[in-house]
Amino acid sequence: MLEIKNLHVKLEEEDKAILKGVDLTVEAGKVHAIMGPNGSGKSTLSYVLSGRDGYEVTDGSATLEGEDVLGLEPEERAAAGLFLAFQYPVEIPGVGNMTFLRSAVNAQRKARGQEEMSSSDFLKEIRAKAKDLQIGQEMLKRPVNVGFSGGEKKRNEILQMAMLEPRLCILDETDSGLDVDAMKLVAEGVNALRSPDRGFLVITHYQRLLDHIVPDVVHIMSNGRIVKTGGPELAREVEANGYADFKETV
Amino acid sequence: MALLKPKAPEPRALEIAEARIDALTLPEGGWAEPARRDALARLRADGLPIRRDEYWKYTKPDTLTAPEAPEAATFDAGEPPVFDAFDRLKIVFVDGVFDAEASDDLALEGVEIERLADSRADIHWAKDVYGQLEARGQSPVKRPLATLNTAFASDGILVRVTGKPSKPLSLIYHHEATRSDAILHHVVKVEEGAEVTLLESGPAAARFNKCMEVEVADTGTFRHIRAQGRDHERRAVTHIFGRLGRESVFQSFTLTANGVLTRNEVVLELTGDNAIAHVAGACMGDGDFHHDDTVFITHDAVNCESRQVFKKVLRNGAVGVFQGKILVEPGAQKTDGYQISQSLLLDDDSTFQAKPELEIYADDVACSHGSTSGAIDEEALFYLRSRGIGEAEATNYLTLAFLAEAVQEIADEDLQAEIVERISAWLFRRQAR
Repeated sequence: MLEIKNLHVKLEEEDKAILKGVDLTVEAGKVHAIMGPNGSGKSTLSYVLSGRDGYEVTDGSATLEGEDVLGLEPEERAAAGLFLAFQYPVEIPGVGNMTFLRSAVNAQRKARGQEEMSSSDFLKEIRAKAKDLQIGQEMLKRPVNVGFSGGEKKRNEILQMAMLEPRLCILDETDSGLDVDAMKLVAEGVNALRSPDRGFLVITHYQRLLDHIVPDVVHIMSNGRIVKTGGPELAREVEANGYADFKETV
Repeated sequence: MALLKPKAPEPRALEIAEARIDALTLPEGGWAEPARRDALARLRADGLPIRRDEYWKYTKPDTLTAPEAPEAATFDAGEPPVFDAFDRLKIVFVDGVFDAEASDDLALEGVEIERLADSRADIHWAKDVYGQLEARGQSPVKRPLATLNTAFASDGILVRVTGKPSKPLSLIYHHEATRSDAILHHVVKVEEGAEVTLLESGPAAARFNKCMEVEVADTGTFRHIRAQGRDHERRAVTHIFGRLGRESVFQSFTLTANGVLTRNEVVLELTGDNAIAHVAGACMGDGDFHHDDTVFITHDAVNCESRQVFKKVLRNGAVGVFQGKILVEPGAQKTDGYQISQSLLLDDDSTFQAKPELEIYADDVACSHGSTSGAIDEEALFYLRSRGIGEAEATNYLTLAFLAEAVQEIADEDLQAEIVERISAWLFRRQAR
């Protein structure tokens, strides 16, 4: 589904390489986790895949279902089925959560040549999905992320993911700033979306999220490269010994 | 007040005033005549604004002071008029001329409404307000276009609010003639404990000079929501002079979209303890657009609150100006003054000039001001685009987000929603072009 080959990325503004040859394949139906110390390039990978400005791809490729994503605008990548759950979701005052989500859903449908979703269908669907994530009516009406707690913001990310039904979901440090209960709720939301035709890339610093979203494959990233790949046991190894062991392999 | 010390007027300012006066006729008779004659004398002494005036540093007054109005085409936005769905008492002026047919019956419980042009008695309650608040507002800075208005206003409404009328009063200003030059003067007196909402909408004329004096007695409430007309070529200079009594409330919000030149001045005096004054504006300019908000709020009582919230979205060479001042007089302790002016510049061609000022003569006050100019927040733009929303549409949402703080100054939720709807329609229509 997602195929990354020899991806080299540097910061546009300065001559600093961040990703130094990442190779990674995420298959449909699988959850891949990327773990790594701060500054290893985990978040950069998520930004580069979703099309954020400020990075320059100097070598390599990334394709989603065979389609090159690196040449697309962020909204085109979204329409192609890519979704990034932000580490720090942005507050947008004056724009209702529901209005925002409905335009996102319909913009993607339009881009894919599908019919727009009717108001009543949209309402029905969002109410049901919000309920599962314990998101009340009031939160749906409020401006996007404004005045939301850390947990509410992350649940709102998952709600967007549920409504947009992407093929590949990237979760960037989704556990940061969450207490155990909030993390469980978010993890349940994610698990509910696991399906044979959807892939996940879960980026996290700590193993604890992976107790709740159990990955099929774990990668360790260090200094801009994947340095080790294994099963869920790899995450527990990191938890026990830290990242020091892996750094030396670079 | 050293910076604003009155100087002898320039000969050019006096010449311009005489040329303008020659083109006008002073209405005679009735209780207003002494105030009009007084204003005419002041105008002759002060002259009209010229480009060298410090107070007109960022806005060219020429077309506002010229004897004739520059031509302005009318414009049909192709959408229902603003406030159309609201139950309101309509008072309609076409190019500054009262339209009785289109207006509602001016009778409404809790309020007395009369036309200035019809008010011919020698004794009238409005005599204590007409030209009086305007004259007080001439110090420390001269505002001669308001003086001109007091002298020559052809019509306007006189509103005495004695209760709580069941619906807003709605002044609707149509523009039909391409060279129309309208001068209207309104007086509003809100009596103790009374409460009114006044709506204003429409371009009014090719050139519009409007003055409104608002006296809010102790515990009275005055709410004002204005949507200035969309005609691209119209020009407007407006003044609001307000005097607030104890525990009174004054809230004014203005939406401006389009208009080649707009200067909105608001001059408020908080004279009774615990009074609250909020003045806000949201403006959107694209292309040939110059918008100037000039605000002067004087705190002259204890424990009063004032807020100024002005937001401007500018592109394609549009210009925004903000001159805002909070003056805290000696003894006006516990003053809470807040002022923010911000612009969102959507390209490199647009400009925003801001002159925020605080002048404080009391020692126990909290006053703050801030002014910023910025571009669209890239982080937020990426967030929206990453959800599939195209760049142009995402920019519209972030523009709405930017204007939100000003729009939220409108207390009534339905009216707030109406204004948001207007802004949104304006933005999305432009995107489609």
